[in-house]
Amino acid sequence: MTLADLARGDMAKLDEIDTTDPGVVRLMVLGMVEDIIVRMENIAIGGDPLEVGFFGSSISLRKEQARHFKVTRITAGD
Amino acid sequence: MIESTEVKIPVSGIGIRHKARASIALIGNPNAGKSTLFNRLTGLRQTTGNFPGVTVEKHLGTVQLKHSAFNLIDLPGIYSLDGASVDERIAVDVTLGRVTGTDRPSGLLVVIDATHIYQGLYLLEQLLELQLPTMVALTMIDSATANGISVDIDALQKALGGVPVYPVSSISGHGLDALKEGLENITSIACPSIPASWPELSETAETLSRELGPDWQRIDVIQALLQTHPGFAGRLGQRLGQDTVRLLRARLFGDAPPAAAEARQRYKWVRKVMAEVQEQAPLYSKIGARLVRWTNRPWPATLLFFAVLLLVFQAVFTWATPMMDAIDKLSSELGRAIVAQIGRSAFSSFLADGVVAGVGSVIIFLPQILILFLFIIILEDTGYLARTSFLMDRVMRTVGLSGQSVIPMLSSFACAVPSIMATRVIPDRRDRIATILAAPFLTCSARLPIYALLIAAFVPNTSIGWMNLQGLVLFGLYILGIMGGLATALLLKSSALKGPKPHFMLALPEFRAPNLQTVAIKLFDRGRIFLKRAGTVIFVVAILVWTLAYFPRMDAADFTPKITASGEAWNQAELDHARAAAQMEQSWLGRVGRTIEPVFRPLGWDWRVSSAVLAGFPAREVVVAVMGTIYAVGSDADDQSLSEKLRAARWPDGSLIFTLPMVLGLLVFYAWCLQCAATLATIHRETNSWRWPIFAWVYMTSIGYTGAMIIYQAGSFF
Repeated sequence: MTLADLARGDMAKLDEIDTTDPGVVRLMVLGMVEDIIVRMENIAIGGDPLEVGFFGSSISLRKEQARHFKVTRITAGD
Repeated sequence: MIESTEVKIPVSGIGIRHKARASIALIGNPNAGKSTLFNRLTGLRQTTGNFPGVTVEKHLGTVQLKHSAFNLIDLPGIYSLDGASVDERIAVDVTLGRVTGTDRPSGLLVVIDATHIYQGLYLLEQLLELQLPTMVALTMIDSATANGISVDIDALQKALGGVPVYPVSSISGHGLDALKEGLENITSIACPSIPASWPELSETAETLSRELGPDWQRIDVIQALLQTHPGFAGRLGQRLGQDTVRLLRARLFGDAPPAAAEARQRYKWVRKVMAEVQEQAPLYSKIGARLVRWTNRPWPATLLFFAVLLLVFQAVFTWATPMMDAIDKLSSELGRAIVAQIGRSAFSSFLADGVVAGVGSVIIFLPQILILFLFIIILEDTGYLARTSFLMDRVMRTVGLSGQSVIPMLSSFACAVPSIMATRVIPDRRDRIATILAAPFLTCSARLPIYALLIAAFVPNTSIGWMNLQGLVLFGLYILGIMGGLATALLLKSSALKGPKPHFMLALPEFRAPNLQTVAIKLFDRGRIFLKRAGTVIFVVAILVWTLAYFPRMDAADFTPKITASGEAWNQAELDHARAAAQMEQSWLGRVGRTIEPVFRPLGWDWRVSSAVLAGFPAREVVVAVMGTIYAVGSDADDQSLSEKLRAARWPDGSLIFTLPMVLGLLVFYAWCLQCAATLATIHRETNSWRWPIFAWVYMTSIGYTGAMIIYQAGSFF
């Protein structure tokens, strides 16, 4: 399961990150690294881009980059 | 500290000014409250300039303390020292004293948002490597408390190895006095100890910097290894051999890119510190009322977006109109007063039609620009701007851009100049240039007078269904502009500016009430920049056009026979108008108009239209005035009489000049042509090259010309 598969409100732990995409590396610099817990805050009309929340921050990213984050879902959202 | 028993008069109140002896850099994440703190600390003692060679603005201010003073350099908001964007490179280079004209700071004031400690500590961790006296201002402390986020300041100072931390609220001013007191000693405090978050990198850098000699500081080695500074990375390869460097990197970073390895390593330390200083780390944002949360949902947010858009457009047009009319009236009155005072002469015409009209044509756009920027600054400060980018990303993707181009393109409906300046938020240079070149296509306010004139004169005021034909044509022209802009972006993004798909990565800040002082200072700054930079260009060009239209002077004797030949008795006003028209015909501008007439002949324009269009190249809004003069109704005549004259204008063979195909072609020409020196100057400034403004001008002029020609030729054929 990847970050792109989460539904709105889902909480998940980031397990493994594929760093081949430079956009993914930028997201890691913003703090999206292994072992943190994120929440899918918002999904735009049409399913893309996504808004992910962690440690008080919200970051928007496209599905294309979200697919590089393998996750484990912890709780389902609303 | 010695307690004074005398009557206390605040030192700032009696105006003792200390001389700034050191400079301190203010650095932190975007939206961390850095500029609010900067304004709080420096008040109005600040200047704005540019860092050499880049368009990043340099804000400098003086902080007056009780016993001393220092200069504060406000650096762009950044997340890391990676050097991935222009802002990041500048911030690093300034703090390391690598920028010419800016002294190396003697200390760092790091701004960390108490509600975003996670990313703030990451940047701080990198900054501690610089080994400069460092202090932390923990901002937004009140909104953190309001949201149940508590930060143990003592524990944080301990975790940071003794770096002083000052909790402040820039909004209420709470904690500022303590921070200022602390800042008195910023240059004399000990350099921070480097956190033991990445011992391998630390040791390698330490050893190498000793071995390589005095030219290599520890931080230089780190930047070379992390490949965040191309210069040092290259030199390290030369010194040690590429293979050795490759081995070193493999040992430190594995097979991940250095930045990814760095993030993995350093965020471990960040989380350890957070566990020590926060009771419970917030998992996700709790900030914002339920209403704000609800409006963040895609559909309500989209509706709200269009409502906000409507409000901004309304405000830009309706609020600005009275002010613009007043400025217009003032400049024409002033012009008349000058002529009345010193009589009709070349000098009075130069003052009235050149200087006053020239300055007026600049200032007239100031109300719109200020209103637009007021909205943009408020929307930016509240965090709404980032939200609209999120909403519109999908639409912009179809032309190869991202949501970050939305705001600049929206601003373009008022004026392309602020819109091009607003493209700075776009991190990728290719995307930024594509947006800059698309923006001037959108119908700006300066196109409206010409549209209004031509539509009122030549489009019948009838209804098609429930739509008015004139309104429909105007709407069509707006659509034409949008299509031109989007097509240009698509074209460029699939050819010259082809690059990787934009990532669209944006930190979305929570809703926050705007700070009045910050808004006022930013607005003042914008207005000043507009008047100074764009103003000089328009001003010079306005004087140039006046010179071309005024000289050479015609001999009165040449003119008299033409009047008598017409055989009618003319009143004085008609005589003046006819004289002005004849003067225009034989002026340099008129001569140029007749010389270039063949060029515009395929578009169905005579020399008069051609020279009005030529005069409009510096600023398209002057076209109505120039046409007015050329068509001998005087430049202060109302549109009605001008449109009658336009309808009556004929070729020497008696056929009408302003036929429907010619008018439609002229409208298309104005929709697509880049007739604005201020826009060109701004493109030059923002891209730092002449290549893009020249390209934009040639490209837009050609397609405007071609579009007008096709419509005229096809229309005349039927």
